[in-house]
Amino acid sequence: MNTTQLLIALWTIVRSEIRRFMRIWPQTLLPPSITMTMYFIIFGNLIGSRIGQMDGVNYMEYIVPGLIMMSVITNSYSNVASSFFGSKFQRSVEEMIISPMPNALVLSGFVIGGAARGLAVGLIVTAVSLFFTDLDMQHPILTLLVVVMTAILFSIGGFINALLGKKFDDISIVPIFVLTPLTYLGGVFYSIHTLPAFWQHVSLINPILYMVNTFRYGILGVSDINVGAAVGAIAIFIVIFFACAMWLLRRGKGLRS
Amino acid sequence: MQSALSIRGLTKVYDNSFHALKGIDLEVPEGDFFALLGPNGAGKSTTLGVVSSLVRKTAGKVSIYGIDVDREFARARYYLGVVPQEFNFNQFEKVEDIILTQAGYYGIPRQKAVKRTHQLLEDLGLWDKRHDAARQLSGGMKRRLMIARALVHGPRLLILDEPTAGVDIELRRSMWQYMKRINEQEGVTIILTTHYLEEAESLCRNIAIINHGEIVQNTSMRELLSQLSQETFVLDLAEPITQCPAVEGFDVELVDGGQLMLSVDKGQRINDAFARLSEQHIEVVSMRNRANRLEELFVRLVEESSDETTKGEIR
Repeated sequence: MNTTQLLIALWTIVRSEIRRFMRIWPQTLLPPSITMTMYFIIFGNLIGSRIGQMDGVNYMEYIVPGLIMMSVITNSYSNVASSFFGSKFQRSVEEMIISPMPNALVLSGFVIGGAARGLAVGLIVTAVSLFFTDLDMQHPILTLLVVVMTAILFSIGGFINALLGKKFDDISIVPIFVLTPLTYLGGVFYSIHTLPAFWQHVSLINPILYMVNTFRYGILGVSDINVGAAVGAIAIFIVIFFACAMWLLRRGKGLRS
Repeated sequence: MQSALSIRGLTKVYDNSFHALKGIDLEVPEGDFFALLGPNGAGKSTTLGVVSSLVRKTAGKVSIYGIDVDREFARARYYLGVVPQEFNFNQFEKVEDIILTQAGYYGIPRQKAVKRTHQLLEDLGLWDKRHDAARQLSGGMKRRLMIARALVHGPRLLILDEPTAGVDIELRRSMWQYMKRINEQEGVTIILTTHYLEEAESLCRNIAIINHGEIVQNTSMRELLSQLSQETFVLDLAEPITQCPAVEGFDVELVDGGQLMLSVDKGQRINDAFARLSEQHIEVVSMRNRANRLEELFVRLVEESSDETTKGEIR
């Protein structure tokens, strides 16, 4: 395939993915905005007014970056996991297998599609948060970089999950039992400085902590961790996950008998 | 003449140690209408799965129009269109979008893809359904959708894996006409698997029969049918009779009062049988083959190859 053909093929997958989550917007775009509104009202307004400040900023402001990041992570992941697993289940994935598209292009198409949904939901949650607080972004480029990288990373994660999954249960296990606990414990609602020393150290092995804090640093200028190292770590994870997904695709894992 | 498909020593052993293909060789000439027949589980779909890259081969070599599918994967794909046995499209997508998306996977520019898609939708009688979700189509329409999708990038080799399964006779005939047209007028090589043997007999010029992962027959349809040593005809009589007539040189059986079963060996003249019946004032109003000729041969060849396999296992 020449460059033009590759770009047309990539855009075909991306457009299909975007069209899919836009078509079912009551399932994909609406629920996060309602859930996050509840978080802002209950944790931000009602409980937050009693907490006061966290790391020197108003509690409502403090939780906004974490909640945006939580939406981006879960939506990027679940978009690719459900879409690619759905195409395996309906066997429409065979359309792609018999085509001349290289594996890297198929993976990239789904990842861009997943990141697009993650970022779309992130924008919606940001817009909702503006009803509750003002956001004065401190480092816009870093904010954008880290949210895009996180969306890419979890989209690849969703792709790997869909490749390995054999039934629909398999693609809901990771979001429920891994992503949600790690996100809640990743400093969305609190600074790890509020924890005892032991639990502060335990928290440092949670990769989501680095994403949430780097994103929070981009918006509020406060962070529990070294921002530069966090960006590097996310980049390394992207490379590892991408290589892992490519290896599985080359072996035809879950696709070819 | 160049081979549209060349298979050499193709072997497939599944993870459960099942030997699905035992080193088969197959050549399909360019422009051919080729039948690949075999009972269920014989290895047809595995063979076609390897060609279309849905199944990983254990050993062997596959070339499409001289292009090695391992070495030049992408180039070989452009020559190939596949219509699988099972429906394998997104049931929630619109008919037109399914075909356009497939065109996109081959890097076909949008404008060209739309033109080609509209042409195929019209040719295959799906134009009125183009904005419907695929799940709303009837079984026959879904099959035609898969044919349109497989042809959107203009392949030179089309694999049809039981394309008329579950399709009513009228629609089946219109699909045959369409396949004949693209084979004869556009020169598309077609490989067909089917359980309707009259379909293979009327459409295909060459044939391979596969059983237990081995090719047991690979020849022209004419050559294969000439191997038939005896044909059995059912004769419908003008007046019912009570006793089976004696027809010298022929085996005759009275099925019921109004029908005779007549066996004609290769070299015998059917006119002789009619003459003998006329002498006995028995008038025949119509006649037909008891079974499809290819069906008789197919059953015999498959039984013979199964016997050989069983003997091998006992030894």
